[in-house]
Amino acid sequence: MKHIISVLVENKFGTLNRVATMFSARGFNLSSISIGETEDPEISRMTIVTFADDQIINQVIKQLNRLIDTIKVTDLTNQPHVERELLLMTLKLSKTQQHEIFELINVFKGKVVDIKQKSITIEVIGSPDKINTTIDIFKPYGIKELARSGAVAIHRGE
Amino acid sequence: MHLSGHTLNGSEIFFECLRREHVEYIFGYPGGSLLKVYETLYEVQDIRHILVRHEQGATHMAEGYARATGKPGVVLVTSGPGATNTVTGIANAYMDSSPMVVFTGQVPSSLIGNDAFQEADIVGITRSITKHNFLVKDVKELALTIRKAFFLATTGRPGPVLIDMPKDVLNSSCAFHWPESVDIRGFKPTIKCHINQVEKAAHKIAKAKRPLLYIGGGVISAEASEELRAFAIKQNIPVTMTLQGLGAFPGNHPLSMGMLGMHGTYWSNQAVNACDVLIAVGARFDDRVTGKIDTFAPHAFKIHNDIDPTNVDKNIKVDLPIVGDAKDFLAVLLEETPNTVENREPWLAEIQSWREQCPLTYNMEDGALRTEFVIDEVSKQTAGHAVVVTDVGQHQMWTSQYYTFMNPRSIITSGGLGTMGFGLPAAIGAAFGITDRPVVLFCGDGGIMMNIQELVTAVHCKTPIKIFLINNSFLGMVRQWQELFHKEKYSFTDLADSNPDFIKVAEAFGCKALAAETPDAAKAAIKEALAYKDGPILVDFRVVKKDMVFPMVPAGGSISDMLLARLNPKTMV
Repeated sequence: MKHIISVLVENKFGTLNRVATMFSARGFNLSSISIGETEDPEISRMTIVTFADDQIINQVIKQLNRLIDTIKVTDLTNQPHVERELLLMTLKLSKTQQHEIFELINVFKGKVVDIKQKSITIEVIGSPDKINTTIDIFKPYGIKELARSGAVAIHRGE
Repeated sequence: MHLSGHTLNGSEIFFECLRREHVEYIFGYPGGSLLKVYETLYEVQDIRHILVRHEQGATHMAEGYARATGKPGVVLVTSGPGATNTVTGIANAYMDSSPMVVFTGQVPSSLIGNDAFQEADIVGITRSITKHNFLVKDVKELALTIRKAFFLATTGRPGPVLIDMPKDVLNSSCAFHWPESVDIRGFKPTIKCHINQVEKAAHKIAKAKRPLLYIGGGVISAEASEELRAFAIKQNIPVTMTLQGLGAFPGNHPLSMGMLGMHGTYWSNQAVNACDVLIAVGARFDDRVTGKIDTFAPHAFKIHNDIDPTNVDKNIKVDLPIVGDAKDFLAVLLEETPNTVENREPWLAEIQSWREQCPLTYNMEDGALRTEFVIDEVSKQTAGHAVVVTDVGQHQMWTSQYYTFMNPRSIITSGGLGTMGFGLPAAIGAAFGITDRPVVLFCGDGGIMMNIQELVTAVHCKTPIKIFLINNSFLGMVRQWQELFHKEKYSFTDLADSNPDFIKVAEAFGCKALAAETPDAAKAAIKEALAYKDGPILVDFRVVKKDMVFPMVPAGGSISDMLLARLNPKTMV
């Protein structure tokens, strides 16, 4: 089952590598990982998406906790949380399909960030599921390039 | 304290920090990036530097010292090849949870990443085999980093920590301040066990009819042997130990069952199979212990105490996990269990019958010299009080079976990683830490060649280790598996034609050496070696070539399915 784990870590060089190395050394699945500084510049937040059964996820969390640069590990999966991913995607643009493409961008609440003679770059924000669907839907129109941020997530406030 | 606030260079700070950490020995080898450190060391009187002949030797020596004394072992090596040569020793210490601090020199900060001469990304390389590692980028961080490294290496589950020190950091200066305390927010190990959990355990144990203590190296790291002994005797519970746990409970006590697992005693493995409550303390349910997971202790309520939460439910699902220090666990358990004990005599009698059914025996009829005899004899002549270091292989398993360990910190062996070449340097390191008991090494003819260069170190330092070379001219354990499971294809395990004359080798290094080919000669040689005080001594025991270690649980098999003797008698000697 999919788990989304939020990890507060020391904002030091090598921390991301320590986490990634631990995942590969222990044979854990690592679907996505994203990292950025928090309100405290000494601390970063990592959001990790992994697929694992209960026994494995237990080990994943314990092994994360065991790393010295890890401050706090929270499995958000079964807690109220918001999860978002950013998609940037450049599509081929042809006169005949232009109209359809703009409609679809609206459907996915996307934004046009750049437009050229033969291509259009859009951004879409949403859950990883929504991002998957977006990519599937746009595929027939010709995706030139795409970049996904990986999920970021946070506990909902009280 | 007198240097606090003074301006010191990185090398001076390095030694001042080691003094504050009460370091007695450094196992090291100089090199380009450490020239400044060795310049300072030239004047240092109060810390002894042991010059090894290969950096791997330094790591095993440091580990031998650490395991014998409980204090962290310290290694000092240069950048690049000096650093990469420590990798096996660090991995070994990591697997066996030995406290160790490894200092590596590094190329100047400005050259890092440029493929500079003798540059290796040792922090990257050792990330997955250290408890933690550091690259010091500023001399002002050096003292705090060293403080943290010793704290991490020795607190909670012990382990190796590495500090990489660029040349410019060691050369530049700053005001020295020793941090009296250290706080790492991401490192808060649980030392005290949850009292409710321990009470539950006490309750369960008090009512058990067939309880069994399964003791690992964690009990020795935690210095919890006294508590274990008191608890086992109070509750009349038999004690089986892992390879690293041997010595935690006196081997000659009627409740001691010796080792369990792949080459464990028949009665230990039968008891695991039949017990109703299994109390694992400081042990990690390693595959060499459990065999097939599904059939391990199938009737038991499993209690597991370990200081490292990742060990709980890793290999086996337990019924009652208790995270915390083994000493705390056993002390509280001792208090919480009632004085009136469930009648365990039927259980102990059953174990006794297994013991009689399949005792540990070896052939003493044919007059040939066997490893079992050598180890048995050393055990008798030292009354089980030596510090015993082993290498890896058949002799290691026979040591677990035939040496009666009376004290904790008495077996020093590469358990987790199984590093051939560990024994000789580890014995040297142990002998620096322990001077009031003999330090004996059992080592095969394969393993001794893997770090033979350290014999120079022992000779030079007059280290009085007893090197008992178990020479069967074979890589015996691999040969055993080849015979049992690989159609008797003795592929590259027969060393008879290529082994050197070990007596001449030892003598060339300046080491006294004896040979023994019969049980009587062996007995006399052991006596002579134990009496010899003037440096190391090697005894070349020419033992039979094709003996096998039994009992044996084939890898992945159930521990109830033990092989008790050779399948095919024609392959005997």
